Amino acid sequence: MTITEKILARASGKTRIQAGDVGFVSVDKVMMHDVSGPGVIKVLSEWEKKGKKLDHIWDPDRVWIAEDHFVPAADKVSAENIMILSRWTKKYGIKKHFKYGLGQYGICHTLSHEEAMVLPGEVYVAGDSHTNTTGALGAFAAGLGHTDIAYILMNGKIWLKVPETMLFEITGTKPDYLMAKDIILRIIGDIGTDAANYKAMQFSGNIVKEMSMDERLTLTNMTTEAGAKNGIIEPDGVTESYLRQRTNASYSPILGDTDAKFSERLTYEIDKLEPTVAKPFSPGNISAARELQEIEIDKVYIGSCTGAKFEDLQAVARILKGRKVRVRTEVLPAAQSIYIKAVREGLASIFLEAGVVIGPPTCGACCGAHMGVLAEDEICVSTTNRNFPGRMGHVKSKTYLASPMVAAASAVRGKITDPRDIS
Amino acid sequence: MNSIKGRVHKYDISNIDTDVIIPGPYLKIHDPKELAKHAMEGLDPEFPQKVSEGDFMVCGSNFGCGSSREHAPIALSQLGIKAILAPSFARIFYRNAIDGGYLLPIEIEQQTLGRIFDKDELEVDLNQNKIVNLTRAESYVMMPFPKLVAKIVEAGGLIYYRNAEEEG
Repeated sequence: MTITEKILARASGKTRIQAGDVGFVSVDKVMMHDVSGPGVIKVLSEWEKKGKKLDHIWDPDRVWIAEDHFVPAADKVSAENIMILSRWTKKYGIKKHFKYGLGQYGICHTLSHEEAMVLPGEVYVAGDSHTNTTGALGAFAAGLGHTDIAYILMNGKIWLKVPETMLFEITGTKPDYLMAKDIILRIIGDIGTDAANYKAMQFSGNIVKEMSMDERLTLTNMTTEAGAKNGIIEPDGVTESYLRQRTNASYSPILGDTDAKFSERLTYEIDKLEPTVAKPFSPGNISAARELQEIEIDKVYIGSCTGAKFEDLQAVARILKGRKVRVRTEVLPAAQSIYIKAVREGLASIFLEAGVVIGPPTCGACCGAHMGVLAEDEICVSTTNRNFPGRMGHVKSKTYLASPMVAAASAVRGKITDPRDIS
Repeated sequence: MNSIKGRVHKYDISNIDTDVIIPGPYLKIHDPKELAKHAMEGLDPEFPQKVSEGDFMVCGSNFGCGSSREHAPIALSQLGIKAILAPSFARIFYRNAIDGGYLLPIEIEQQTLGRIFDKDELEVDLNQNKIVNLTRAESYVMMPFPKLVAKIVEAGGLIYYRNAEEEG
């Protein structure tokens, strides 16, 4: 069995399962945020009206809450949604509610690893499609909608179809101008945005072994854009030391069997891979950054669960140090803890002196919510994950998805730029 | 389960994503009637005026890709859409449609997409997994729902679903 099959077998109390099986599995952790949470709470209150008993939920200690999409409260409706969440977590005794302006908070998929909210071998589901991110810790992590989360909050389990696994072996020697974002954009460009629909995408190979956790998280994060049910990387020494800096909790890592069956095996040798950009309006619409170097841009956005982790900000700072941005540039660290580190380690002053505006941790303009949404015909290079029509603002705005290094280099030149091409 | 009839709104486009079905700024809204006013706004702002109760949509593959927002099937269902026929669906949209009992995501063969036209009248027979095009006197196969999914559909959503294991 693959790691995904073994985790789901464990969670369904079976010794053996295989891709295609449909059944109920026990959930270890569940999360909802200020967009999915009020929707879930609405489903629950409708069920209560129909006679369901809701004096308590399944397990308050396995439920956690993030405020991330429309925070700091973008308007009255957003503020009300945050109040709905706060009243609900108080009523049901949920202790892990990360509130903005009250210590650690940030984008849910960043907190899940920064705060070690999820551990290797666990089944983690959450009310957000980029839940796949957390699979980099060696967990089964998948996104669900309101009704499914509501069901889990009452029953602690959910039905799932065991996915087939596509294995991506990433090998070779990584040039220093290349980031995980270039690799995953290239993969999505090659296989297409629905190639992994209903499937798991697993990453291995020497490049993945050598990658830091922050970089691994970019790979799994973007599996959502290939339609994957989950992205996953087998836990190893990198996982262990990453988690040991963040938690004392014990866990039982699960690895796939050596005779595991994969639906596809694809090898990527990345020595000659170019810094890669996804053009409007699909994460699969890729080009080499150098092929787009004459495209003038209006703005650079460095944010989101995909592209505002600490190492993403470090990559941006290396390029912006001693330089000025030529177009409007925003940096929004993905969590308060990352923001603090960026201040302590001098990144924040590099950004400010380069002319960048630093925003608070939030999903912000990545999902077109607030904090820098795009105008009609505005062209943006962004470290985020989607560039669908209207995703970041006006339906006729244009977003080019790129690595933090390409984004920073583009900010310096005012045009789409390969990091090798800035003087 | 029996059969349902509806009139087609066709969008022969693949990868119709949830940002198009219900754009991000409306995610803070949880009132279905309010969401319905903005359904498909990113692709066809006139859509809410075109739809009548019981209508179907026929669309390209990977319908509903992108975010997990349940706002998407809620908005379409509130307008009156009872079924969406497409060669494939993004998995979270599919689950949300089924588990919330909002509408039926029906998988069709790729070649069927070219045979159905805007405003055609269809009848979907869930017992025989068959689609009849009443306008053109043709029929097509639909992919049957997996066993568990069919039971949830029959129950009317996950909240109404019970099985022996669940009863414990």
